[in-house]
Amino acid sequence: MTQVAFHPDVFTWPSDDPQLIGGRCADCESITFPRPTSCARCGSTSVEEHLLPRRGTLWTFTTQGFLPKEPYAGGETNETFQPFGVGIVELGDDVRVESRLTENDPAALTIGMELELRVVPFRTDPDGTVVMTFAFAPVEQAAGEGA
Amino acid sequence: MVDVAIIGVGLHPFGRFGDKSAIDMGADAVRAALTDAGIAWPQVQFGFGGSFEVDNPDAVTSRLGLTGIPFMDVYNGCATAATALQLTADSIRSGQYDIGVAVGMDKHGHGAFTSDPVDYGAPPWYGEIGHFLTTKFFAMKINRYMHDHGISHETLARVAAKGYRNGVLNPNALRRKAISEADILSSRMLNYPLTQYMFCSPDEGAAAVILCRADIAKEYTPTPIYLRATTLRTRRYGAFEVHASWAAIEQDDAPTVYASKAAYEMAGIGPEDVDVIQLQDTDAGAEVIHMAENGFCDDGEQEQLIADGETEIGGRLPINTDGGLIANGEPIGASGLRQVYELVQQLRGTAGERQVPGEPRVGYAQLYGAPGTAGVSILSR
Repeated sequence: MTQVAFHPDVFTWPSDDPQLIGGRCADCESITFPRPTSCARCGSTSVEEHLLPRRGTLWTFTTQGFLPKEPYAGGETNETFQPFGVGIVELGDDVRVESRLTENDPAALTIGMELELRVVPFRTDPDGTVVMTFAFAPVEQAAGEGA
Repeated sequence: MVDVAIIGVGLHPFGRFGDKSAIDMGADAVRAALTDAGIAWPQVQFGFGGSFEVDNPDAVTSRLGLTGIPFMDVYNGCATAATALQLTADSIRSGQYDIGVAVGMDKHGHGAFTSDPVDYGAPPWYGEIGHFLTTKFFAMKINRYMHDHGISHETLARVAAKGYRNGVLNPNALRRKAISEADILSSRMLNYPLTQYMFCSPDEGAAAVILCRADIAKEYTPTPIYLRATTLRTRRYGAFEVHASWAAIEQDDAPTVYASKAAYEMAGIGPEDVDVIQLQDTDAGAEVIHMAENGFCDDGEQEQLIADGETEIGGRLPINTDGGLIANGEPIGASGLRQVYELVQQLRGTAGERQVPGEPRVGYAQLYGAPGTAGVSILSR
């Protein structure tokens, strides 16, 4: 089964330790995600690729309880749609990023909990290709790791 | 600088109106405002029209009379109406004109707004993976705020219930049925912690405001309402904002905080002087946060203030006396002028069953929307 990233410039993949690809301003050093064409802080057009930490903490979260309208491309229908978690994840001193979460139960999510980046199936196309996206998982759920 | 007064306001009800076009609703709102001001359309020297769905709001002139006046169209997200109001006021303040109209109109389909995320400065994939939703942002903002400042789910329900209750008293509102806090809490969870009945709906409607030089206002009305301040601000680096794939670790205040401070300075008054308040309640959580962002309380004080009924029509801080966005819905171009319409009724003492007691003197209106723009207006008798 073929797996492809939903977009080539968002995370390093295939990789055992995928990382989000951010940008670091060569002039003011501010870090953003994804890598922008210019810096949101100072306007500099010198923004270098900067790989972001794989682990972070949950700054806030919600659940997406209804099927988003187009341009959403998850392939679900109102009948098959399952709510998914979304959060802002603080990655050390670098930046906070918005991401899908592997957990969609608010009772299992706590602000401040530790999370780690995963690359997970997003949708399966008619030809069988599985489109992959990034998501953060609670660390205690990560395979082979303790809480 | 020339001072500016409001001499007429008009509203087309907010709701669902079948085949009636946004332009026709806008024309109805302007006609009502002209009648209120006691003037005829040819006396209006210029106008600004705001809309999200209508490319050319100036088509209202074809319904009112093609008098050849300058008429400028604006769109500025959920702050569109505040922008139309500010530009109209500024044109009079500059001395260029004596009388002008700000009109807003919209006719939205059902459900959350959508567009191309690239047009909002977001990455092209942002919508594809399901992040391009204002509702999700508001939910994440209030969830963090509840965690930091001890706001309960019950408080969110109380805010929404007040909106519906005030809507019952407003013949122009979309929703005119009270909903219990229990029903609000148990309605469908759209974006945790926000349930279906805690959100406003996009809908249809129009509103218009006639402005004139303050020194000639009494020629038109015995009760001019003075526009003491209009401010607009965009987000700064470090603010946590809608439609952003990232946020800086280094935090700054929301644009509303800056728009609010500048408005108080322009008006020469403080939040303690305000008698009646209209806030952007896209959802119940937004009203809670905006109470603090506009200086009406400290972070966390909302829990007790709302439990004590202080934000009700008869309370110390009457907020969204006409039901706000929760009861009226949000036709984007018209929403902020609906706020002004309500404040004018309150300051004139003509708000009927919704009238804030004690002859309010100062009114305050705030808008906030994508991609991080806030507008504040302060009115007084």
